[in-house]
Amino acid sequence: MNTPIVRLYAFILLLFATLVYFTSKWTVFDADELADKDSNRRPLIEQQQIPRGTITTSDGVLIAESVPAGRGRRPVFVRRYPQGALFGHPVGYSFVDVGNSGIEESENDLLIGEENEFATLIDELRDRQPEGADITLTLDAEAQRLATQLLQNAVTDPGSPGAALVAIEPKTGAVRVMASVPGYDPNEVRTDAGFERLSTAPNSPLFSRATQATYPPGSTMKVVTAAAALDSGEFEPDSVLDASSPIDISGVPLENDGGRSFGQIDMTTALTFSVNTYWAQVGEELGTETMVKYMERFGFYEDPELDLPGDEMAASGVINEKGKLVKEDFDVGRVAIGQGGAEGQARATPMQMAEVAAAIANDGTLMRPTFLQQARDPDGRVIEELDPEEQSKVISKEAADQLTQMMQKVTEEGTAAGLSVDGVSFAGKTGTAEIRLEDRTNQPWFIAFAPTDDPQIAVAATVERCQGCFGGDTAGPIATAVMENLLGK
Amino acid sequence: MRARNRELLALVPVALLVTAGFTAVFITKSEQIGDLSLTYGGYFLAACLVCHLFLRFRLPYADPYLFPLCALLAAIGLVVIYRIKEDLAFDQASVFVLGLALFCVTIVVLRDYHVLERYRYLIATAGILLLLAPRLPGIGAQVNEAYLGIKLGPVNFQPSELAKICIVIFLASYLAENRELLSVAARRFLGLTIPPLKHFGPLLVVWGAAMLMLVATRDLGSSLMFFGAFLALLYVATARFSYVLVGLLMFGAGAYLLGSGISHVSDRVEIWLDPFGSTATGAGQVQQSLFAQADGGLFGRGLGESLLRLPGPFAPDCQQPFPECGSILPAPHTDFIYAVITMELGLFGACGVILIYALIAARGFKTAVMAPDGFSKLLAAGLTAIFALQAFVIIGGVTKVIPLTGVTLPFVSFGGSSIVANMILLALLLVVSDAARRPRAEAGGVVS
Repeated sequence: MNTPIVRLYAFILLLFATLVYFTSKWTVFDADELADKDSNRRPLIEQQQIPRGTITTSDGVLIAESVPAGRGRRPVFVRRYPQGALFGHPVGYSFVDVGNSGIEESENDLLIGEENEFATLIDELRDRQPEGADITLTLDAEAQRLATQLLQNAVTDPGSPGAALVAIEPKTGAVRVMASVPGYDPNEVRTDAGFERLSTAPNSPLFSRATQATYPPGSTMKVVTAAAALDSGEFEPDSVLDASSPIDISGVPLENDGGRSFGQIDMTTALTFSVNTYWAQVGEELGTETMVKYMERFGFYEDPELDLPGDEMAASGVINEKGKLVKEDFDVGRVAIGQGGAEGQARATPMQMAEVAAAIANDGTLMRPTFLQQARDPDGRVIEELDPEEQSKVISKEAADQLTQMMQKVTEEGTAAGLSVDGVSFAGKTGTAEIRLEDRTNQPWFIAFAPTDDPQIAVAATVERCQGCFGGDTAGPIATAVMENLLGK
Repeated sequence: MRARNRELLALVPVALLVTAGFTAVFITKSEQIGDLSLTYGGYFLAACLVCHLFLRFRLPYADPYLFPLCALLAAIGLVVIYRIKEDLAFDQASVFVLGLALFCVTIVVLRDYHVLERYRYLIATAGILLLLAPRLPGIGAQVNEAYLGIKLGPVNFQPSELAKICIVIFLASYLAENRELLSVAARRFLGLTIPPLKHFGPLLVVWGAAMLMLVATRDLGSSLMFFGAFLALLYVATARFSYVLVGLLMFGAGAYLLGSGISHVSDRVEIWLDPFGSTATGAGQVQQSLFAQADGGLFGRGLGESLLRLPGPFAPDCQQPFPECGSILPAPHTDFIYAVITMELGLFGACGVILIYALIAARGFKTAVMAPDGFSKLLAAGLTAIFALQAFVIIGGVTKVIPLTGVTLPFVSFGGSSIVANMILLALLLVVSDAARRPRAEAGGVVS
C-alpha cells in the first residue's frame, strides 16, 4: 500500500500547488486589475483615511482642503471646496461615492502622499501616519474670477450655452487661467444624487469646454497656416497672391467676408484683414501633408500634454462627419481658414488654440503645459516644482518673429484694432466661425499674447453659438481684460 | 536526538511566532486593546507545553513534528484572530485548552486504537447520526441556507467535523479487512475491473448514507471532503486507479444533477465561474476575498495594518458586533481567514501556511508508510487525506480554485468544533505514529 500512499501525497501536493498559483495570481499578477475594479471600494476608503493635501492657487487662495468627518476611532476626511464653482473646472473633485476627477485625479498620488514602497516602509517604522502633500497650482485666482465673470456675461445672451478661456505662460507652459462656463460647484458632487443632477443639468456644466469641446476655430486657424507657410520657407510675409472674391477652392467658390475683393495683397495684409481667399490658397499650395505636419507640431491630433485625466481632454485636428480625426482627403484650403467640409472640418479646443498662441510667443517653441507650480510634503519640504519642459519645436525663431509682427499688425490696424492691453503692444488674431447663417449664430474666437517684445501671457477665448457675435467684439475684450489682469502682477 | 527533544525544539518557533505576532498586533492597535489580552498567547503556549510533557510520557516514539506543526497553525490562527478582535482570541485560546484536554483523553483511551476496528459499524452509525443532527428539530440551526450546526443550550456545534473522523475510521477498518477481495477482479468489462458487488455493498451503503445526509444538510464543502477521502482510501487500499476514475465520474454526474436542482449549489457554481458578473447572493463575498488578497501583495500590509473594519461613515448600522457585521470582508475569522492572512502577511505568509499543511501531510503519510498493518496504514492515510482536503476545499474556495463552500481552515479558523475535532484527529495520528515508530522489540516482542 505504500506506493499508492506516496502517489496520494504527490496528488495532495499538486492540489496545494494550484492554491499557491491562484494566491499569487490574486496577490501579484492580477492585483492591479482587481484594485481598479469599480466594486472595489478599498482604495477609496483607504484614501479617505489620509488627510489629502490642500490645493492652493499661485496667489494663495485655498481651492480644496480635507476636513475630518464622521465618528469612530479612525477619522475619515471629506473634501471641501471653499471657492465653489470657480475652480470646478479644472480642479475637479474627490469623493468616495463618485470618485476623483480633474487635477484631484491627475495629482492624486501627490495629494495622498503616495511614495515608493521603501519610503512607506520607513514611515511605518517611524509610526508616521501617511499624509498628503500640499500643492500649489499655477492658476491665478483673481484672473480666474475675472475670466469666469466675463465669460458668464457673454453667455447670458439667448442661445449661447457656454464659453471658455485658457491663459498660458509661454515661457514655462504654466496654465494661469482655465475657465469654462457654465461651471459647477464640486461640493455638490459629494453624493450620487448631486452628481446625477449635475450630469443631467442643461448645458452640461460638468463638461469642461476649455479642454473637452472641439469648436471650429475659424480664422484663428490662419495663424497655424501662416506658421506652416513661413517655417516651411514656401512663403514670406511679403508673398503676394490674388485675393479676389469669390475664387474656387476645391471646385467650390469661396468668398471673403462681405464678398470683398482685395486684389493683389501680401501675407501681412492678408492676416491683418483675415482674407479667406488668400489663406485658402496658401493652404492648397502647402498641401495636406504639410498642414497636418505643422498641426501635429502644435499639438493637434493628440490630447494636450497637460496634467489632466485623459478622459477630460479632447484632441483637436481635422474631424470628419463620423467624428474621427483624419489626416488626408480633406479640403485643405478650407481647413487652412478654420473651416472644412463633410470629409473633414478643422476643430480645436480652447486649450489647443492657447497652445498655438503660446508657441509663437515663445520663439516658436511649445512648452509642455502644466498646472503644478509646487508640491510640499507635510514637513514643508518641496518635493516637486515646475521645471519648464519643451514639448516641441514648432517653427523657427525667425518664422515666429515674422508671425509675431504680422499678428501685431492685426491688433494695430486689422480686425482687432479696437482692442488694447494696458497700452503695451500685443499680437493677436480674431476668428468668427459661422455656425448658422440664417440667425447669424457664430463661434467668436480671439487668440493673443502680450507684450510682443517679451511675451508673458498667451490666451485663447471663445464663446459657443453666440448670436451676432464676432471675434473682435465678443471674445477679444474678454481675452485682453484677462491679459491685462495677469500682466499687472 | 530523541524524538521528544526534537519536538520540544520545534515548539520554539511556535513560541517565537506567538510572542512576535501578539506584540506586533498589540503595538499597531494599542490604543484600543487592553494589556491583559497579551496573556492569551502565554495561556496558549502553556497549554502546548503541558501537552508536550504528556506526549513525553504517553507516546515517546510518536512523530516529533506533527504536534509542533499543528501548534504552529494554531498560533497563526490565534494571532490573526487576535488581530481581528481580541475577545475572540480569548475564546479561541480557551477552546484550545479544551481541545488539548480531549487530545490527551483520546490518547489515554485509544492507546490501543485497534479496538476501533471492532466497533466500526457502531462508529459509522454514530457518524451518520452526527451528520443528520443539524436537521433534527429543536437542536438544528441553519446558517447561510445550509444546516451545518446544532445548538445545545449556549453551545454551537458543527457535527460534520466529528463525523469526518468516524467515517474515516469506518472506511479504514472495512477496507483493511476487505481490500484483497475488492482488488481481485470478479469480472472484467470493457477493460474495467468490476469488483464483486457483495464486498462493495456495505461500503456503498455507508458512504451513500453519508452523502445523502450531506445533501440533506446542504453542506457541500464537507461532502466534497468526504468524497475525496473515500476515493483516496479506496485507491490506497486497492491501488486501482480505475475505481477512482469511476468514482469521479459518478461524483461529477451526481454534482451536476444536484447542482441544477438546489439553487444554493448552482449559485455557488455561478459565482465561481464569474464572481464579477454574477448577481447571486454571495458574489460580493468572493469579490471581497479577491480584493483583500490583491491588497496584500507580495509581503502583505502587516499585522493589524490592513483595511478590515469599515471606518465610521462607511460602517453599516449593525445589530451584531464586529466581525459579524461592519467588516469589509465577510466572515474574516472563519471562512475567509485565509484571505485575512494573505492581506496582512502577503503571498509569502499565505504560502507559508500552505507549506505547513504540506508538511503535516508529509508527516501524516510518512506515518502511514511506516505503520505496521493495513488498518493503521489506512487510518493514518485517511485522516491525513481528509485533513489536507479540508484545507484545500476552504483555501480553494477563498482563492476561487473551486466553488466556495463553508468549511473551516483546520486549526486556524475560529470555532470550537473544528479545533476539538482536529485535535482528536491529531491524537489518533500520533497514536498510530507511536505504534509505527516504536522499536519492534518493545512493540510486541517480535524481532525481525
